[in-house]
Amino acid sequence: MATKVKKMLFILSKATLDNVYAAFIMANGARMEGIDAEIFFTFFGLEAIQKKKLEHLHVATVGNPAMHIPTMLGGLPGMEAVATKMMKNEMEKLDMPPVGEFLEILSDSGVNLWACKLAVEMFHLEKKDLIDELDGILTIGDFYNRVEEEGTHMLFI
Amino acid sequence: MEKTIANKTVNVNDEGYLTDFNQWDKDIAIELAKEKEVELTDKHWEVLSYLQDKYKNEEALSIRGIKKSGILNIKEFYNLFPGGPLKISTLIAGIPKPKSCI
Repeated sequence: MATKVKKMLFILSKATLDNVYAAFIMANGARMEGIDAEIFFTFFGLEAIQKKKLEHLHVATVGNPAMHIPTMLGGLPGMEAVATKMMKNEMEKLDMPPVGEFLEILSDSGVNLWACKLAVEMFHLEKKDLIDELDGILTIGDFYNRVEEEGTHMLFI
Repeated sequence: MEKTIANKTVNVNDEGYLTDFNQWDKDIAIELAKEKEVELTDKHWEVLSYLQDKYKNEEALSIRGIKKSGILNIKEFYNLFPGGPLKISTLIAGIPKPKSCI
């Protein structure tokens, strides 16, 4: 039976590795099922499309009960780096691509990638700071206007 | 369940995937491709053969694997099999639908 979902619009507002991968995997998964997908990177989500930052994203060890690390320990220097390295190793075992390669795959798969205009201005970023695969810089209004058909869903991450 | 494709009776699952690759042949592939509105070109056959080799070697299929395959890039893959390239190409190739999320 064919799905009634025609298009998925994701708003990624966070830069922790788990959130970034959630958005990427869902967007890629949509395309693999023949569903259109777009991602709007805003606020901290912009880190995932900044050339200099995208390969240095971390998991959060503080304020994240699922890490099962006491908060005081999670705040020690190097804890995030260690936890991130461990998670990246597990991801590599599952053949999950690193962030940069994943963005290439998404772009090649026809996922539109957009940066939020307001957030770009707030963080004083320029187009050259952002990945080459970026389709453009939009306002949230522009992004809403990309909904053209029924069966479109929007997800905030 | 059984299904007749290209005048041959084959076993398929509820999504229409062949459950026994040994029952697959080129006539069946052409019929299955027609159902998915795909007209098979030489490039399609090359991709199908690549997928079948991977299956025979028990290697998992993923979109990342396609990127590394050296046979075609991801854009071409989406153009050849519109509407979900891995699930459509594996159906035509007579091999199981990949279970991976990536």
